[in-house]
Amino acid sequence: MSFLNDMRFRAFCYQIGAIGLVVAAAWTMFATASDNLAKQNIATGFGFLARQAGFVISETAIAYQPTDSIGRAILVGIVNTVKVSLLAAILGTVLGLFVGVARMSRNPLLARSALAYVEVLRNVPLLLYLFLWYSLIIMVFPPVKQALNILPGVYLSNSGLVLPAVFLESGAAIFALLICAGIAAAILIRRISQQRRVATGKSNHGMAFACLALVLPPLILWALGLVSFGWDIPQAGRFRLTGGLHVRPEFVALLFGLLLSVSASVAEIVRAGIQAIGPGQWEAAAALGLHRSRVMRLVVLPQALRLIIPPLTNTYLTVFKNSSLAIAIGYPDLVMVSNTVMNQTGQAIETIAIFMGVYLGLSITISLAMNWYNARVALKVR
Amino acid sequence: MAETQALPLPVGAAKPPVRRSGWAKAYFGTPLNSMISLVSMAMIFFLGKLAFGWLVLNAVFSGDGAACKDSSGACWPFLAEKLRYMIFGFYPFEEQWRPLLALTLFLTSCLISMIPRFWSRALLCAWLLVVLPVLYVLMAGGVLGLSSVPTSSWGGLPLSFMLSFIGLVCALPLGIGLALARASSLPAIRVLAVGFIEIVRGVPLISILFMATVMLPLFMPEGVTIDKLLRAQVAIIIFAAAYIAEIVRGGLQDVPEGQFEAGSSLGLSYWQVMRKIVLPQALKKVIPPMVGLFIGFFQDTTLVTIVGLLDFLDTVRSALRDPEWQGIAVLEGYVFAAAVYFTFSALMGLYSRFLEQHFRVTHG
Repeated sequence: MSFLNDMRFRAFCYQIGAIGLVVAAAWTMFATASDNLAKQNIATGFGFLARQAGFVISETAIAYQPTDSIGRAILVGIVNTVKVSLLAAILGTVLGLFVGVARMSRNPLLARSALAYVEVLRNVPLLLYLFLWYSLIIMVFPPVKQALNILPGVYLSNSGLVLPAVFLESGAAIFALLICAGIAAAILIRRISQQRRVATGKSNHGMAFACLALVLPPLILWALGLVSFGWDIPQAGRFRLTGGLHVRPEFVALLFGLLLSVSASVAEIVRAGIQAIGPGQWEAAAALGLHRSRVMRLVVLPQALRLIIPPLTNTYLTVFKNSSLAIAIGYPDLVMVSNTVMNQTGQAIETIAIFMGVYLGLSITISLAMNWYNARVALKVR
Repeated sequence: MAETQALPLPVGAAKPPVRRSGWAKAYFGTPLNSMISLVSMAMIFFLGKLAFGWLVLNAVFSGDGAACKDSSGACWPFLAEKLRYMIFGFYPFEEQWRPLLALTLFLTSCLISMIPRFWSRALLCAWLLVVLPVLYVLMAGGVLGLSSVPTSSWGGLPLSFMLSFIGLVCALPLGIGLALARASSLPAIRVLAVGFIEIVRGVPLISILFMATVMLPLFMPEGVTIDKLLRAQVAIIIFAAAYIAEIVRGGLQDVPEGQFEAGSSLGLSYWQVMRKIVLPQALKKVIPPMVGLFIGFFQDTTLVTIVGLLDFLDTVRSALRDPEWQGIAVLEGYVFAAAVYFTFSALMGLYSRFLEQHFRVTHG
């Protein structure tokens, strides 16, 4: 029986055993589930996606009617999830940078205040904050009938903020085309100017030209009168406001909660990253005669960025997943729309599979994008 | 949902150069600095005044909902009247000494266990064989003349602690197993572990909770039902295990390969090497981040309120919805809940920092 003591044979057996166990468990669960579903007369498969949704979604970034399909409704949920997490990530990062810099201030008062800000945000559950912001909005602002008219066309009430909306009346296609061309030109100009600078050692005004390339085409177009903008001014009716851009309290509460939590994480990450750069770097740069702010920008930040990117990726993944707390305050994100679909069709397995799949796919996309960026800023070892 | 891990500071890392000088210079050294100080002071003063006015000056200290309605300050009678409900939920009123005793026992045991000098096998056995069974008997009853209380009546703070603590205790061995599987040389086992860990970490906790509460009953044979609380607990364990596995993996990677090889060359089997040589070194390194993770889980247990369990946040919210107090004590309730969560999380955060310091000193 020597083969029983053979390492390779035993390794093979362990692996077969593990796979067999998983397959057996999956098979049993599948069999029981299909048995249960058949008994309860619940349909299986993804056919329900094409059926009419029939429910209203309070906030839609893309066109949606209750007569549209369930698949379309889920797409609306996905867009809402991406919208709120993207905005929270961007705004939270900007705010977090300021707080992180304040944390390192030489002024003890400012540094301590920033620390208190971070601690208060990190040590209380996000869900509690969401509930708190939401009920504060509802409590503090007046009902729609007495909406505050803070500026002409701007109304504030406990059902949200209503703003005048701008839209393109004509020339949308050519406008979009020129903006894309402008972005491409700006990138090209910046790259050429950078090559020139490296080659000649002289600074040129590449950045300014790039910015010009970005804004000039749309401006010319507008000056020539090829595009025209229209305004959608909200009208105050007897019971509700019609028209305009409606920013809902659910969205504001969720955005606010998420961006504050991002800012606290970003502040800590930035501080840790910058402090990890040893004092020798500061001293060496100072010896070269660089000003403190230039040392930060040219010497310390590029090095700190390498340490900052991986945990920052984690923060972005976290905010994206945390946006699912939307369901607690009624913002129609992916989870909330899926929940409605689940209640309506009874097809829990398929619906949960869809939204878990979407989260997984988007998580992996974020990871890949951040890894790509990380590889770009990483130290090149030659 | 789990916390982003803070960057580890390399030993010897220092702040950007700070010129050490007098107190006045720190606050008013340069014109800019003076301005920052003044603005900060003004803001702190303003916030302090706001808080003091709300908590004390304008607050209502006695009376009922009607008295609070006319005041702009905090409503202390609300807290006094609803405190027991917020902490214990729907646990039978006459029996509430039991969760109180359980809570006290739990927190005292935790305090004792937090001292590194007491860490030993005996302490672990005491937890598993004495503390946890006693806690369970106190909560559930049914023996020793204690009336039986179904889990559907459990709620409030004991439930929040239970979900996070039991979650961590059960997830720990599971997470260690997953980390070992992920570091295994057997490809099939590695792939299974990576798949599990990455899927769980790639989706929000709420989706796993949904799975446990909505989907799991479909996978059970007919007639078998699992307690709702237990299902949520299982979801939290699964979620925690994946995150613990990643932390333990970091610890395993820190143990030099030579340790494993040296153990093998002594003739120890894989499990002996892991148990006696590799894991003790790896686990010691991951204790501080594990405490950090626990803070995250303690806060994440609030999500069970979405699937209908009565945790602390939920009991506070339903206290706010009581017709007698509705719309009067909203801020009071949330501020109280936030203060409770803040206290426990901040204490654990302090403890985590203490442990880091402790290990740096004792284990270089």
